[in-house]
Amino acid sequence: MLNFYSCSIDDILMKRKSLRNKLSAADGLQDLRVAVLGGTTTNEVVNLFELLLLADGFRPVFHQSEYGRFYVDAVHDTQALVDFKPNIVYVHTSCLNVQNMPPLNCTETDLPGYVEIETQRFRDIWDSLESKLGCQVIQNNFELGPHAMLGNMDAVASGGQSRFIMELNVAFAKEAARRPKLLIQDLHGISSRIGLNQWFDWDRYFSYKILLTAEANLELARSLNSMVRAMYGRSRKVLVLDLDNTLWGGVIGDDGVDKIHIGRETPVAEAYTAFQEYCLSLRNRGVLLAVCSKNTESVAKTGFAHPSSILKLEHISCFKANWNPKHENILEIAAELNLGVDSFVFVDDNPAEREIVRGQVPSVAVPEVGNEVSRYAEIIDQGRYFEPVSLSKEDLERAALYANNSQRAAQQNKFANYGEYLDSLEMVAEIDSFKPVYLDRIAQLTNKTNQFNLTTKRYSLADMELAANKPDYVGLYGKLLDRFGDNGLISIVLGRRTESDLHMDLWLMSCRVLKRDMELAMLDVLVQRARAVGIQRIFGYYLPTSKNSMVAEFYSTLGFESVHGKEAGLPEGSTVWQLAVNTYTDRSTHIKITEFSNG
Amino acid sequence: MVNLTADGVLTELQPIFEEALNMPGLSVTRGSNAMNTKNWDSLAHIELIEMVERHFKVKFALGELQDLKEVGDLVDLILEKANK
Repeated sequence: MLNFYSCSIDDILMKRKSLRNKLSAADGLQDLRVAVLGGTTTNEVVNLFELLLLADGFRPVFHQSEYGRFYVDAVHDTQALVDFKPNIVYVHTSCLNVQNMPPLNCTETDLPGYVEIETQRFRDIWDSLESKLGCQVIQNNFELGPHAMLGNMDAVASGGQSRFIMELNVAFAKEAARRPKLLIQDLHGISSRIGLNQWFDWDRYFSYKILLTAEANLELARSLNSMVRAMYGRSRKVLVLDLDNTLWGGVIGDDGVDKIHIGRETPVAEAYTAFQEYCLSLRNRGVLLAVCSKNTESVAKTGFAHPSSILKLEHISCFKANWNPKHENILEIAAELNLGVDSFVFVDDNPAEREIVRGQVPSVAVPEVGNEVSRYAEIIDQGRYFEPVSLSKEDLERAALYANNSQRAAQQNKFANYGEYLDSLEMVAEIDSFKPVYLDRIAQLTNKTNQFNLTTKRYSLADMELAANKPDYVGLYGKLLDRFGDNGLISIVLGRRTESDLHMDLWLMSCRVLKRDMELAMLDVLVQRARAVGIQRIFGYYLPTSKNSMVAEFYSTLGFESVHGKEAGLPEGSTVWQLAVNTYTDRSTHIKITEFSNG
Repeated sequence: MVNLTADGVLTELQPIFEEALNMPGLSVTRGSNAMNTKNWDSLAHIELIEMVERHFKVKFALGELQDLKEVGDLVDLILEKANK
């Protein structure tokens, strides 16, 4: 049988009727009566909706209004609807059904009046359905129109049609907030994801008054199906996650926690971090996370202790890492959480694992996520597995706990000076001696940093391991976090000691944190470390390349003094600088430097 | 689709008609039309055209469909479009 959450419209269309015959033959389907009041021809969306409902255990019966009669059937000729006794009424309209578009010369003052008149038309519908039927009503909001007559201004001018649609959608949202039985289907969002050029089907509209492409109707049907599932308490509640190459890149049992890909250091690591963030945001709105991995439990858990892991063990409601088949683990997770497997979604990069779970526990949803981490979230999202119909008080309170987003939005004010701006970033730097977990990234940074790089010396991982372990080297890495997240490991300094002098072989920083004063924080810590081991002078070297002129005066701005006569043996144009350790006072004022160990 | 023939098109149309008209085992000929074929109503017709377009990867222009009187006309139109 098809995976209706992800298959293409072609897969469905070519066999719709035989699929329908097959699915209708199942036992134990739940009856559902759905009335569809359409502004255009609704047969195709109804056919697709029917199929999805059948696949999800409903036996739907439909009543459809005659073409375009949604208003009349809901407000005036209601007898047929009353006799049908629907559980749900779906009012399927489009931007073409909006009647009171404002004229081009409509003013800002007059615009709310037009919004009100159009909203009132729909209020008539909802009021009538409420008083005569009292059932759940699904009303879509509106997609943007097929043409933006005013170009970009269409969304701006008070007489613009795009602007009007957006105002109307806001008005609908407000109506829904005070009408518990009115659910809004976000046609605006659905059409945006597909794209309006793949949304409208003008040939079919002129031929049969079907306005949308079959692709668009399938997405509408999927969203309707998820709303119905949610209404009947069948939304899914648990996201079960594999670990290796699902939550992080690499195999933790083979590579070790130091080598897994997570964090901000590489594109692959960034993608896994983004996926972990997606999982965490699902958890923050009430979806439980569980782990189901073929691993040694103690090893698997070290992945969550990785300094860059967004997900921590405390976020995982049930953790199964062992060598048993995954479907057995999933059944155990269900038992421990006291939830049915029909509320589970299982995500694994390995198609063989997906297949066995699908085969052994068919009621678990197993999206075809593929093995490209950059697409996991999108594919899970498309499945609409976790659709809510309302947000409970608990949901909102939980969200408040995790709300760092609202803080971002609040900080839109202006700053008196640059320092105030830096303070507003709430920067925290982690600066410490090289650690094995970071050596890969450290070596990599020496090879790809060209601009903010004083010496441009390149190190292989082996070189770096050597330097990290020699007692006469002082090496520091710097990571920088701010209000907007983790910038990752972005700066390295490495000095070689001869007696009481420290010679800086390396000083570099990623340009993504330029102008943050991170270099001052690095210097503060470097001086502290130097002092602690009896170093009196720090020598800085600037070796010019075609790309690093931005740091030609770097040591000067840090307060180093120029040393002449020591450039012998260095490339043409090199400069040498020195700093007396004893008289140095800390310079970093905008970054909080975290406690560091002597690890 | 290269080297489609009228017979080939008709053969490929068989399962599409069976599905669209919900008539397993149905046999269509060049002479079949909406009057002499069971279940071929306007709604089934819309689905049928959608399936034909997708199967043969062709797109019928507005107006072209109005001139179709029987399956033979559809076969010829598909041939003309697909072999272009």
